[in-house]
Amino acid sequence: MVAAQLAVSPLPGAPVSNGADVSIVGVSHAFDLEGRPLPVLDDIDLDIRAGEFVALLGPSGCGKSTLLRLVAGLEPPSQGRIAAAGEEITTPDPSRVVVFQDPTLYPWRTVWKNVALGLEARGLLASQKGRVDDALKTVGLAGFERAFPRQLSGGMAQRAALARALVNDPSVLILDEPLGKLDSLTRIAMQAEIAELWRQRGFTTLLVTHDVEEALFLAQRVIVLSERPARIKAEIVNDLPYPRHRGDPRLAELRGQALAHLGLDASW
Amino acid sequence: MSPFEQTGSASGFGQPRLQVDGSVLARGALATAAWTAVAASVTLLANKKVGFADPLYVVETNAGFVIWAVALALATAVGAFWPPLGQRLGRTAPWLVVLALFVGIWDLLTAKLGLLPVPFFAPPSALVEVYADDWPRLGESVLHSLRLLALGFLFGTVSGFVTGVAIGWSRGLGYWVHPVLRFLGPIPSTALLPMAFFFFPSSFSAAIFLIALATWFPVTVLTWSGVASVDKAYYDVARTLGAGRAFLIFKVAIPAALPHVFVGLFMGLGASFSVLVAAEMMGVKSGLGYYLQWAQGWAAYSNMYGALIVMALIFSSLITLLFALRDRLLGWQKDVVKW
Repeated sequence: MVAAQLAVSPLPGAPVSNGADVSIVGVSHAFDLEGRPLPVLDDIDLDIRAGEFVALLGPSGCGKSTLLRLVAGLEPPSQGRIAAAGEEITTPDPSRVVVFQDPTLYPWRTVWKNVALGLEARGLLASQKGRVDDALKTVGLAGFERAFPRQLSGGMAQRAALARALVNDPSVLILDEPLGKLDSLTRIAMQAEIAELWRQRGFTTLLVTHDVEEALFLAQRVIVLSERPARIKAEIVNDLPYPRHRGDPRLAELRGQALAHLGLDASW
Repeated sequence: MSPFEQTGSASGFGQPRLQVDGSVLARGALATAAWTAVAASVTLLANKKVGFADPLYVVETNAGFVIWAVALALATAVGAFWPPLGQRLGRTAPWLVVLALFVGIWDLLTAKLGLLPVPFFAPPSALVEVYADDWPRLGESVLHSLRLLALGFLFGTVSGFVTGVAIGWSRGLGYWVHPVLRFLGPIPSTALLPMAFFFFPSSFSAAIFLIALATWFPVTVLTWSGVASVDKAYYDVARTLGAGRAFLIFKVAIPAALPHVFVGLFMGLGASFSVLVAAEMMGVKSGLGYYLQWAQGWAAYSNMYGALIVMALIFSSLITLLFALRDRLLGWQKDVVKW
């Protein structure tokens, strides 16, 4: 099914774009910490092509999640400009959906009603119920419609959160360490699923992670960020075709590079 | 035939075997024996003569005990074969025995031996007399109390919920409401009774106001804290999915705050009971509180006990009702206390 698209793509296995391009120009951001500004982002410039899969890699607490919140429109940047599909981002919009580290499903809603949240908020639910079922099927949760979040395992809850994002048919999917709290086996399985989803849907994907392997396995481009305040330290282009294999020697090579940028190559 | 087929349902289908549950039989028999002893003691032993008038409804009361003992015997016999009844009987049997002891000793100390001081302690038959003779007045009191309570609790709940959501959501409103809440909230509503009777056109409206006030305070505080403690990530999720302000309040903040709200409702209901009874005793000339006051004034102590029992049943049922409502609305919660 995806094979037909392969020939058209610049990168083998990468999707035909349905996404929006994102441009981040001169963005700096600071938090107010008891009256004193705490700078977290320092002059970030980043252009993301429509349909591209970009990973932001950096030490924990460096401000990468903050950058995602700015792209999502949850907060305005202190300085600089962020635009999606040419339009400046000022508010959140269902075309740019975030999957957070915690599934943050509403415990009082069933899985189905959680996934339906975006459609309901926009008043589209009555006419487009089928999209909820489709999204649940996509993430492999068909049959769990009436379960409550507390009845789900961590991986299933995160799948439900993914379905809740996908149901909105986003042009930019923002993943904020979505697999960070899962056990390693579930994580490996879901990495492959996310890659596959992206190839089928073609949305622009922005992933924050501090897992070097995850970043390299999934993304076409890995942006390495410095300690706080985060600056772009390096950019690693991964031109391996999809579907990728974890044992690929090229991945190991790139991993060495990434760790070197993070100053962690002593044990490599 | 293989040995497995003999235990299958097919072979036993022709003659369903009745199984006697020995433990139900034993427990039921014990409860029946205890109540039979009570019935025997109240019927066979002679009452001690107290005062001038003969006590009324003695025969009826005794007959009631006999019927109850027979009913228990029947329930034991049926329950031994029929698990739904048997399980209930088995569970309640220890309590039935304790109650039998209580009633038996009570009757001995009052009707039979006359050991307890007379107007203050009445025999079981006196309670029967209260319900049989005074039920119209008691029933009217119940209706009056319920009407007052319903109006007061409803106003208090609605205003408390709205206030709580408003100050939990909006800092600007919180600035004005918070000091008032802190200053007026902790005053027991009963302390305002004299003032309220003075300010309000009728004691009825004054009582509604005070019951509402007593309910309002805990409902407001708990709703407010519930709305204020909603996980901020819930709002982030809804906002990125395109939710507007009304959606954030009604579909996120309020459902997330509901467990807190119910704690407030329980506290408010308890407070409203106490204000209700105090108001009825002090100024409202109707209702169960007034009945209690009236009974005490006429030294009709058995009427007082009768009214207290009715009150306990009603208030307990109201709390049960609130619990049922909570279980319905908050079934998604993991561990909830069962009432």
